[in-house]
Amino acid sequence: MTRRKIFQSVLQYAGLIGVLAFLVLTFSLSTENFFQTQTLVTIANSNPDLIFISVGMTLVLIVGGIDLSVGSLLALGSAVIGVLMVRHQWPVYAAVPVCCLVTAACGLLNGFLSVWFAIPSFIVTLGMLEMARGATKVVTDSQTMYIGSRVEGFGEPISVVSLSPAFLVALGVVILGQFLLTQTVFGRYCVAIGTNREAVRMSGIRTKPVIITAFAISGFLCGLASLSQTSRLSSADPNAAIGLELSAIAACVIGGTSLMGGRGSVVASFFGVLIIAVLQSGLAQLGVEDAIKQIVTGGVIILAVLFDAVRQKFGKVN
Amino acid sequence: MAELLRASGMTKRYGNVTVLRDVSMEVDSGEIHALLGANGAGKSTLCKIISGLTPASGGTMTLQGQDFSPSSKHEAESRGVQVIPQELNLIPTLSVAENLLLTRLPSTAGVIHHRQLHNRARVALDRFGLTEVPSDVPVGSLGVGRQQMVEIAAALDRDATLLLLDEPTAALSGSETRRLFESLDRLRNRGVGMIYISHRLEEIKQIADRVTVLRDGRYVCTSPVSALSVDAMVDLMSGAATVVDVQKNMSRTETEVDRPTTDRPKADRPKADRPERPRDDLDASADAFASQVSDGDVLTVQGIRRGMLRDISFRVRAGERFGITGLVGSGRTELLRAIFGADVADDGTVAVGQREPRRFTHPAEASAGGLAMVTEDRKQNGLLLQQSVRCNTTLGALRSRFSRWGLIRGASEVQQTEAMCAAMDTRCAGIEQSVGTLSGGNQQKVVIAKWLTSGADVFLFDEPTRGIDVSARRMIYRLIAKLASDGKGIVIVSSDLEELLENCDRIAVMAAGRMVKTFDRGAWSEDAILQASFDALDKIDGAQRETALK
Repeated sequence: MTRRKIFQSVLQYAGLIGVLAFLVLTFSLSTENFFQTQTLVTIANSNPDLIFISVGMTLVLIVGGIDLSVGSLLALGSAVIGVLMVRHQWPVYAAVPVCCLVTAACGLLNGFLSVWFAIPSFIVTLGMLEMARGATKVVTDSQTMYIGSRVEGFGEPISVVSLSPAFLVALGVVILGQFLLTQTVFGRYCVAIGTNREAVRMSGIRTKPVIITAFAISGFLCGLASLSQTSRLSSADPNAAIGLELSAIAACVIGGTSLMGGRGSVVASFFGVLIIAVLQSGLAQLGVEDAIKQIVTGGVIILAVLFDAVRQKFGKVN
Repeated sequence: MAELLRASGMTKRYGNVTVLRDVSMEVDSGEIHALLGANGAGKSTLCKIISGLTPASGGTMTLQGQDFSPSSKHEAESRGVQVIPQELNLIPTLSVAENLLLTRLPSTAGVIHHRQLHNRARVALDRFGLTEVPSDVPVGSLGVGRQQMVEIAAALDRDATLLLLDEPTAALSGSETRRLFESLDRLRNRGVGMIYISHRLEEIKQIADRVTVLRDGRYVCTSPVSALSVDAMVDLMSGAATVVDVQKNMSRTETEVDRPTTDRPKADRPKADRPERPRDDLDASADAFASQVSDGDVLTVQGIRRGMLRDISFRVRAGERFGITGLVGSGRTELLRAIFGADVADDGTVAVGQREPRRFTHPAEASAGGLAMVTEDRKQNGLLLQQSVRCNTTLGALRSRFSRWGLIRGASEVQQTEAMCAAMDTRCAGIEQSVGTLSGGNQQKVVIAKWLTSGADVFLFDEPTRGIDVSARRMIYRLIAKLASDGKGIVIVSSDLEELLENCDRIAVMAAGRMVKTFDRGAWSEDAILQASFDALDKIDGAQRETALK
């Protein structure tokens, strides 16, 4: 990478970083102890699950689909971990791969059904949202399963950096995801298919495997999100992550990913997650009630899209 | 008869391309006036102007003696101009009655009166002789021919003074066509004026009163239909004969107007002898061609069938440029798509070079098998408009040429794109410019660059120069010639016959899904080629009508 390229990519995220800095600064000035390492670290450590899921969601959105099942798949993954570790006394390193395998298989099924039978992914994943949630309740008997300290390590801060392994892995997944998107054939195909699937097909490329893979990756990352969530709560909660798919979509949209496909960035979605997280905890520290928090968050999502739409229009004129 | 419509000096420009130049025509009340011309002669453009779909760039029109320059379809309709479009314009899920009366549903405060609706629809259908069509079933449940009839009935029911019919019989069977003609006759007796477009010249002889011929967007002549033979119409459309020729000839052979006049002297341009047309030449020419064997064949297409395509076979030699022409709807694009695997053929095989003959079921197979296809609509399925020149150029060969272990080799990608842009003189602000912001000609160069980068033994071009400026067009012709001289096989589908005459070694004519005749360079003329497609169409129509009657 030349210096110019690095400069360009920083510039690309300048808007998002600016918004993030503005939020942090505002909250720091208006509350006494917001701008403390402790606060920022807490925000970071409580959001790896949303980061994992947003990375997968970004890929799915770019390829021109949508994945509404992520929240339910997260719960299903936790249930798998809970059942294996509590009822069957499996160690965590054996339970987690099975959990990821299950959620990845669900993602694969999402992609397969949607692509092979040409059903909009909105419908397929809406069905999966219900099915996975139901399955979660079946395997857990609708009870929260307490696992205890055996899973907590992943979510607890490491002493030196005070960040949790979960957050560090999530950071790694963001970097890997961005690499996949920008440096590999698969990523280029994703963007191309989201832009004009028929043109890609007519260029002699099979589009179906690419789309199915994107959904499978989204499912797999739900499994990692399950681990992050169970280790933070020390238990598997069948009612966890209800509505998380909407937060993930919001994060992607704030980051500038197009719901029509063909445009988006994993790093930008990561900043989208941070913006939502900082907003939430900042407003909480200000003592704003939940109802108002919802209104403000909703407003920020619409503003972000408005801003993006204006920028796109302006860009086209040039 | 009273003059209904007078259009004089009509001109239409898109950008700096003039598609209609100083065309005039008059339509009387109670007259069916046929509009004739080859593809791209300007018939549709003229109709669009009259029906208010597009404004004219020049010229004036009067309707019933009053100024007429409709700025919308609605305005034209309010003056009594009704259009029966080529494509169906019905809403398939609504009932026949609702479709018939869509713009004037009988209602009070927004609530539809169903009985009144169906009664009025019944009257409209009966008047058109469609007594057996129920008014309460969804239009989509009727056959295509019936739907077309409903569409026509709807237009006729809206009290037209001037009716525009653009190929109304394309989807109709013989008996339906007869019924349509009876209705048109009744309308003519009521004093309605009609403009009638059709490629079926026999039909025009049968129904029309006068004919206006257009060629390359220019007015050629207007003549009573009785004064023209079918051959003369073709000659006028192709420019093989001038009005003077035809008139001279007509006055000489007034008594036998309909006889083909093959041995007529031509004043304007030298013309190759028109080949003999034996009765069964439809099948004979295809067979003779399929059996012709050559070692240098780089593409062998054998017995392709799909939808309208009937058993199409042809061969292209290495270094040969094979053109395919035919009227709109003859199945040219469908053929290329079936060869390329974009639509899977029901039957038939394609062999590229020495490879095994096979039927491609996906463009990926065709591309791996040595085929390339430059599609007709580059915006729809040729380009990623929002992506960069680089991304588009390397798309097809990304996996094979520009990556290792799934990782993109950015440097070689940039190098190739830059080389391509330089070689093809693609005007862009840099290889990162998004393709959607390029001009049509430069966009097309990017599409071709994509396939040159992928590499192929046979290139299929579907309308390679549509909507492209002259210099880009020249560049594309040069490129095609270069590919041919490198021993590639080239197939070009084009509506622009002149383009094929200049750039091909052989030209095949398609009509109604068949390849009806093939011409070699030197043994062809614009006139003969047009004649072949019209002849075949009439013959196939006749055969189909006979079977329909049985």
